[in-house]
Parts: sequence; structure tokens; C-alpha cells
Amino acid sequence: MEQRGMNERIRKLRNQSLTVEPHLSIERARLVTEAYEKHLGKVETPILRALTFQHIMENKTLCINDGELIVGEKGEQPQYAPSFPELCCHTEEDLEVMDQRDKIFFKVDEAAKKLQREKIIPFWEDRSMRKNILAQMSAEWVDCYESGIFTEFMEQRGPGHTVADGKMYTKGFLDSKAEIQEQIKSLDFLEDSQAYEKKNQLEAMALCCDAIVIYGKRYAQYAKDMAQNETDPNKKADLLEIAANCQVVPAHKPETFAQAIQMYWFVHIGVTTEINPWDALSPGRLDQHLYPFYKKGIEDGTLTREKAKELLQCLWVKFNNQPAPPKVGITLKESSTYTDFANLNTGGVKDDGSDGVNEVSYLILETMDEMRLLQPSSNVQISKKSPHNFIKKACEISRKGWGQPAFYNTEAIVEELLRAGKNIVDARQGGSSGCVETGAFGKEAYILTGYFNLPKILELTLNNGFDPIGKKQLGLKTGYGEDFKTYEDLFKAFKKQLHYFINVKVTGNHIIEHLYAKHMPVPFLSIITSGCIASGKDYNAGGALYNTNYIQGVGIGTLTDCLSAIKYNVFDQKRFTIKELLKALEDDFIGHDTIHNLVANRTPKYGNDDDYADDIMVEGFNAFHNEVVGRKTRKGGVYGIDMLPTTCHVYFGSVMGASPNGRKAYKPLSEGISPEKGADRKGPTAVIKSASKMDHIKTGGTLLNQKFTPSVVTGDQGLENMVSLVRTYFNLDGHHIQFNVIDSKTLLDAQKRPEDYKDLIVRVAGYSDHFHNLSKELQDEIIERTEQGFH
Amino acid sequence: MRKAVLFNIQKFSVHDGPGIRTTIFFKGCPLACQWCHNPESQSYQAEILIDRDRCTQCGECEKHCSQQAVWQKNHQLFYDAEKCNACEMCIDYCCNNAREIAGKEYTVQDVMQEIHKDKPFYEQSGGGVTLSGGEVMIQIDFIEELVKACKEQGITVAIDTCGYAPSDNFLRIIKYVDVFLYDIKLMDSGEHEHYTGRDNALILENLKLLSNHDAVIQLRLPLIEGINTKNEQIQDIIDFIADLNIHSINLLPYHHMGQGKYKKLNCPLPVLERPTDLRLEEIRSMFKQANYKVQIGG
Repeated sequence: MEQRGMNERIRKLRNQSLTVEPHLSIERARLVTEAYEKHLGKVETPILRALTFQHIMENKTLCINDGELIVGEKGEQPQYAPSFPELCCHTEEDLEVMDQRDKIFFKVDEAAKKLQREKIIPFWEDRSMRKNILAQMSAEWVDCYESGIFTEFMEQRGPGHTVADGKMYTKGFLDSKAEIQEQIKSLDFLEDSQAYEKKNQLEAMALCCDAIVIYGKRYAQYAKDMAQNETDPNKKADLLEIAANCQVVPAHKPETFAQAIQMYWFVHIGVTTEINPWDALSPGRLDQHLYPFYKKGIEDGTLTREKAKELLQCLWVKFNNQPAPPKVGITLKESSTYTDFANLNTGGVKDDGSDGVNEVSYLILETMDEMRLLQPSSNVQISKKSPHNFIKKACEISRKGWGQPAFYNTEAIVEELLRAGKNIVDARQGGSSGCVETGAFGKEAYILTGYFNLPKILELTLNNGFDPIGKKQLGLKTGYGEDFKTYEDLFKAFKKQLHYFINVKVTGNHIIEHLYAKHMPVPFLSIITSGCIASGKDYNAGGALYNTNYIQGVGIGTLTDCLSAIKYNVFDQKRFTIKELLKALEDDFIGHDTIHNLVANRTPKYGNDDDYADDIMVEGFNAFHNEVVGRKTRKGGVYGIDMLPTTCHVYFGSVMGASPNGRKAYKPLSEGISPEKGADRKGPTAVIKSASKMDHIKTGGTLLNQKFTPSVVTGDQGLENMVSLVRTYFNLDGHHIQFNVIDSKTLLDAQKRPEDYKDLIVRVAGYSDHFHNLSKELQDEIIERTEQGFH
Repeated sequence: MRKAVLFNIQKFSVHDGPGIRTTIFFKGCPLACQWCHNPESQSYQAEILIDRDRCTQCGECEKHCSQQAVWQKNHQLFYDAEKCNACEMCIDYCCNNAREIAGKEYTVQDVMQEIHKDKPFYEQSGGGVTLSGGEVMIQIDFIEELVKACKEQGITVAIDTCGYAPSDNFLRIIKYVDVFLYDIKLMDSGEHEHYTGRDNALILENLKLLSNHDAVIQLRLPLIEGINTKNEQIQDIIDFIADLNIHSINLLPYHHMGQGKYKKLNCPLPVLERPTDLRLEEIRSMFKQANYKVQIGG
């Protein structure tokens, strides 16, 4: 195996992280249940949640893995994922399924099953948020949800998925507690009708400060005890160092590089233990936050570059030790991954707008390169001011072909945040989290509420609101395909249907927001989110400085090509009627080869810098944007849109029949804002141009994927070309781009199963082409060349 | 309106000059090099390429052809390029994806529109437009208008040429062109005629002319084993260019990338060899010793 510069300590920890099978940890469920049994009905809800958090932090199993320097696990040991019965109470069958399924499994031991059966299920099955939410949703909502019109993020995970800012590096939790107590003292019970609620909320936050401090102290003691029994002097020293760090953080602000990392990690464990905040917390602008500690350590001789990197690598292992909590049902389909979307934004700009790249930025790049772990999602923010070296180094790692880092555009992010009402400093300190969603780090609750299936709306529009797959009337009766005399008539009906379905979605969202505000406050997360202490309000009730809800549009590429296929073939060229097309769709194009060829191969498509198709994309995008953006949330915020899919494009495709662009029934939709597979035939510059016709600034994030063979980006010139592609896309206000670079093994597979590799781009002779478009001979030659590394 | 027939507009072209480029391929060439990897570039008219392996002889092409340019007889497919008016109907209705067209008419304005689309990439990467073929220098009226338009828009132009065109054509555009990618194949005029159909007098004369006018010249040497890879042949080139102003040299080893296209055009396949890596390295060092900037590949 390649060595890649890890020392023995890190190699062992990394190996442990990669080889332990994911397990369900039942401990948290047990502790939550104990706390609820004791306090439910006796205290106000925020206090109940705080006492629960405290009970967990006081009693959860401590774990110090051999050799590690940063401590704290969500479960009893690495790869043990806790469950959250107050959100989603797994049935016995759920546990069997997650234990047995091939992908994204979690081993469940007999003791856990027994506890779940005897204690967790009886207490939670009628109390969980999931049950509560589904009971409150309208029949229309349930129909849409079950038919794959949209998904619901809060159905088994809480709101969150948020990002920390720099506060924790300058303020310990005892400082926060003092601040909270001041705030309680200043409450005006005479004039403020909310004073009582605020007091509850603030007292809950204060209890959570105590809880995290206790957790730190427990680790300090535990490390000290282990040190006493340790005979190896090096290990003893490490343990004493851990003990010393945990004496300082999280109670006090960190003083050293190691303490700063340990501080973040305690907070991470706290936030993701309090609730499942849509899987994760992110450290955000970690290079910015750590740099002062790095600089100080280097200057006073207490830190070396190597030591700093080792500590970062320890942190990487910690991230990777935490699989996203087990999901079931539709939520598993929309996010079928162990990734918990903890996301770094390395680079970018500082709060004064100057270049944010520092020595820690480069250390992070080296760490991601050497560790090559799924988690954390290590991404870079590129600004106009980012040094050429930095972006080049990032491209160099990216072209190794495992997808990291992805590239975010600082200027686009800042402009998006300003447009959404953030001040300039908050905007510059913000970034992208999760996949690509923009937020003001540490100051905003920006909640993803669910994916929205854009092509499915067209399918319904062509069928008078009737779902041909689920065999149900879901939408409005706006007419059948053949009733539309012009393309404009069709698009008008599409917009009507869109309006209706967004209404259904947002109506549900309003109720869910209310339920979370009332039943699931998150006092710990509220401590670290600016605005909550000052307002005495919970994060889930609008306490954050900024509040945004997002709906994520999926399948814009497929939608565009479908509309283009109808407009071009039916209305412009009159090659066939819409009735003939609908018959072909009904038959999944079997026996309709001519129509299939015309729509699949002889129609303008998104991704080729062709205005015919791209104008349709813009029109579709605007329809979605105008329908959603600016709607009010229940927390005093507004709605925004993202254009990202996670794995939802696969699920959304599976609930759809064949589509007018030639896509066969049940096949995946296009992902992010990438073109439909195989539709882009003019290479990456054309894709970038097409994608940039969307007004990214009006979104809260978009996702663009590009695939290359290694030879496309080989050598220094290849690297420079990659840099140019990223820079140009960002000059055009693109939000995010990521690269997949593919080897010859994949090419061989692509040759055997071309239908699975329709978007694969390969270098031919001074230019690029789609692999599946090449003759067998040429494919062979390219495979040979790739294997030889000749270009 | 002046028109030219193009057979490809290649975006993200990175081996035909600096940066990210758009390469415009013109159809029609006065030479017929045996090693040509773009055989569809040789004729001046649009033509249909047919992938006979994919064709199932379903007859749809024949049914939709208004010119009777396609027909089948005894399970064989016939195509008459002379009759074809490039309407593309046979491609629209070919469900096996077995047909493609090489050649479409463009006005200067049409081409500029395509070039303009990629301008953000040129500006970021230091790239621009490469005019290639076929042979661009014989369509000089169109080319002159096009390169002037590029200059006006601040887009840099590279011209990829075999050099076989009237000298006056070069003089007309030399001031608008940033770099010439100039092919040298063989110094022996008889051999040149044997392998390309024309002698090399005009080509060598034009190369001198460009050098005298201080044009930036990148020499491109297609290298085919046994045809132009001998030491003395290379030495002849080095001797010839000794007095000229040559910016750099690209050695372009023969490859089989064009073979599929020969089949699709129903032309006999050339049987040629790529020089070995060792031989390429030897040739490279000959140029290096003569103090040239030289690289293998585009």
C-alpha cells in the first residue's frame, strides 16, 4: 500500500477507523429514555431536553483509542452510531433490516435488540417526532411523499446540519454560562410577555454548558487514570497531555493548537449527541480558526508543522469514526451513505475580505491527501484572491480521482449571502456546508427541508395531474398532453402544478417547524449559534441571527431535456405528436425506436452551450425559483432553493416512468445541475457554459459534477487546464464544481456496460469525447494508452 | 454571404497551441497524406460517415432520403456523396446511431458566434482559436475575414497548416495570426510527392516567407516509422531550418485514432507504424542538440 506520509500512530488509527464494521449503539437511546422517564411532565420542555443532554454527557461511555490525541466518540467506540428514538423509534424489523442490508448496514447485537424491544419501543413508539409528524400531515402531503414528489428531511432527523464559527476558540463554556446568566438576570418579567419562555430556554442552555464541562472533566480524569496504569512512557505522556487539554477545554477557551482541535471535537460530539441534527456539525472555516494557535505554537516553539499535521490527522480519524446515524425508508433512499456531511471550507477570504489562505490551509490539503477518508468532506473555497499555488495544489489532489476536494466559489457564496440579507462580515465568514448549501456559519439556522422532484411534476402535467406510476390523482386537473396546443400552454400548466405541489410541501413544512420548536428544542446547539442567547430563543424556534429554509430542486437537467424534446420535436419540427410521444413513454419506448432516437440523439440538450436547450433550463429554473424563494418560514425567515441531489436523483428516478428526453423508466434523473447522462457531448467547457446560464446567485447552492480520465488532466499542463476550468466557471458565478478522474479499470468496465457510463469523458487526440461515443477500436486504444500512462 | 464547410468545432482543445482553445476544422485539403488521421477532412464537400458495424440495414435512411443518395442492394449499403445534400434526415431516422455527418456550412458570423462562446476560457487560460483542417490556407477569403474578426475581439489565433497554398495567401493574414503550427513532413521532394500527392517546393518556400516576416512558427512533424524517421531525414530538416526563425518543435508520432473513420468512409485502411519511444527520444535529442525547444506530443 502507498505510504503517503502518515506516521505509525495515524496509520493504526486510520486502519481502525476503516476496518471496524458500523454498529448501532443503543447506549444513547437507553440514556434518553431514562431521562425522559424521570423528568417528562415535571419540567418544561427545554429543561427536559437539557436534563436529557446532561444525563447522556454524565453517563455515556468514555473511549480513548490507542494512540489517539483527540478524544470523544458518539458511540462507545469508533463506528458505533447512536440512535435517536425521540426522533425516529426503530421497529424490531428496522433493526433486522439495518443489520442485514448489503449497503449502509449497521450491525445490531442481541442486547441492543432486546433493549429496543423491551424498553425503547414501548416508551417511544407513540412519542417519536416521526410518528407525530406523519400523523399531522394532510392526506395530500402523504400521497405526494409516498409518490416521490418530495422528501422530508425532518421525518427522522432534526433540523441542523449546521456549521460552527470561531466563537468557541475565544470563549469557554463557563464564559458562555456567565453570559447566559447575565441574560437571565436582564429578563423583564413586567414588560416582556415572553420572559418566562426565555428563562426556560436560557436555563436549559446553562444546564447544557454544565453538561459539556462535566463531559470534558470526565475525560480529563479518565485519561489521568489511564496514564497511571500505563507503562510505556510515550503513551503515558500522550495521556497526560490529553488530560491537561481536557482540564482546559471545553470549560475554558483553548490556549494551544491541540486544545483548539479538542474544543471543536467536544462541541461536535455535544451537538451530534443532543439530537441528530441532520447528521452533523461542521467546523467550517477550520484553517481560519486554527491559524492563530498554529502561529503562536510555531513562534513560541511549542508546536512543529509535523505535530500540527499529526493533530489534524487525529481529527480526521475522529470524523471518519462517526457514520451518519442509521436511516430507514425514504430517508435512506434520498441519502444512501455513511457520510454525515461534516464539511470543511478551506481557503476563502477573511472577514476583512483579504485572502484567507494560510499555512494551516496547506496543512489541511496535505492531510486530506494523505488520509483519503470519506469524512470529513474536505473542500476548498476559491476566491479571486486565492493564490495560484493553493488552487493548483487542490487540483493536484482532486485529479487523483477520489472526488476531494470539491471547489466552492467564495465570491458567489458571499454574493448569495448578501442577497439573502446577511451583513458583509457574516457573509465572508460563511461558506458551504453539507453538500453545497450556503450559510452564515455559526449565525444561521439554514434548514434543508426536502428534495423536490422537478421532472415528476412534468410527468404529472402531461397526465392531467395523474401519476401513471402510482396510479393516483396527485395534482390539479390541468389537461392531458394532447390538450396543449402550444408549448407555452404546456409550460403554463407545469407552473400551475408546481405552484400546487410547493404549496403542499410548504404547508407540511410549517407544521413540522412548529413541532420541532415546541417539542425538540436544542439548547446546546443554541449556545454556539449567535442570536439564541441574546434573544432567549431556541435554534429550532427562530433564535438564530438568520433563519432560512431550503427546498432542494432535483433533476433540472432531465426536466430541461424533456421540455426541449417536446418543444423541438412536437411543436417546432412537428416530427410526431404529443400523443405519439406519450404512447412511447407508456411503452417505455419499446417499439418506438424512431421517436427514441429523435428525442435521445437528435434534439438540443442542456450541457452543450446551446441556447435552445439552455434557455429552457433557465425558464425551468426560474419557475422553481419564483415559486419558492421569498416565501416566509414560521421562524421569521425566508425560503431559498438549492440545486443538489445527494443520492435522491436515483430514488426520484425510480418513481418515474420513461421521460420525453429518452430516459427509460425508473432510471436515475440528472444529478445536481449536471446534464443528463450522455446529453453533454461537447466537453467540459460547454457544460460549464450551460451551467453558468443558471443564475447561481439566486440560489443557496448548486452542484456540478465533471468526470475525466486521468490523461485529460495529466502533467503540469493538465493541471493548469483544470485550474482554468475552475477559475472560468467561478468567473461566471458558478457555485461549486467537483471532478471525478477515472482509471483504465473503470474504462474496461465502461466498455462492458456503456449504459452505466454515459457521462464518461475521455481524452482522445488533443481533444475529449464521450467514451461511449467512440468506436470499439478507439476505446481499446484509449484503454491501452491509459494503462501505459502514455498521452 | 461567404461560407465555408467545417467538419468539427472542437471545444476544450488543449494540444493545438497554448491554453484552452477552440479548434475549427475546415474541410478540404490539397494533400492526401497516407497517414492522415482525419480522412473526412480531405474532400471539400459534406459527407456521411457510416458505422457499418452498427448498421442493421433497417432501411430507414433510404426511406427518408429525398435525394436517392442512399440505397441498399444485396445486403449492401451504398452512399453517393455527390447526390447527398447533407439534410441529415438519414441521421435523424437512424435508430442505430450508425450515421454521422462530416461537414456543415458556416458563415464567418456563425463561426464567430461559436468562438465567442468559449471566450471566458481563452481569457482565463491564455488560450484562443486554432484554425485547422483539412487545409485552412486555401480558403483564404473566408479565413482572412475570420482572423480579422478574431483580432478585433482580442482573440488570439493559431493556424495549423500544411503550407501548401499560394504565398500571397500567407501574406494576407500574417499580421493577424499569433502563431503558425506548420507541418513539415519530408525534405525529399520526390518522397513528399509519393506520400502526400504533392511536392514540397511551395511548402518550404512559404515556411521561409513566414520566417522572414517574423511570424511565430511552431513546427509540427508527424512521424511515421520507416517513412520519415531516419537520422538523415531528420538531419535534413535541421539543416533546412538552421537559418529560419523557429519558436519550437512538436514531434507528433503516428497513431491509429483515425482508423475507425477510414472504415466509416469505406476507404482502405493505411498500414503504418508508430515509431518506438526509443526512436522518438533519439529524434527529440537531435533537435535538442541543435538548440530547439522540442516536445513529443501536441
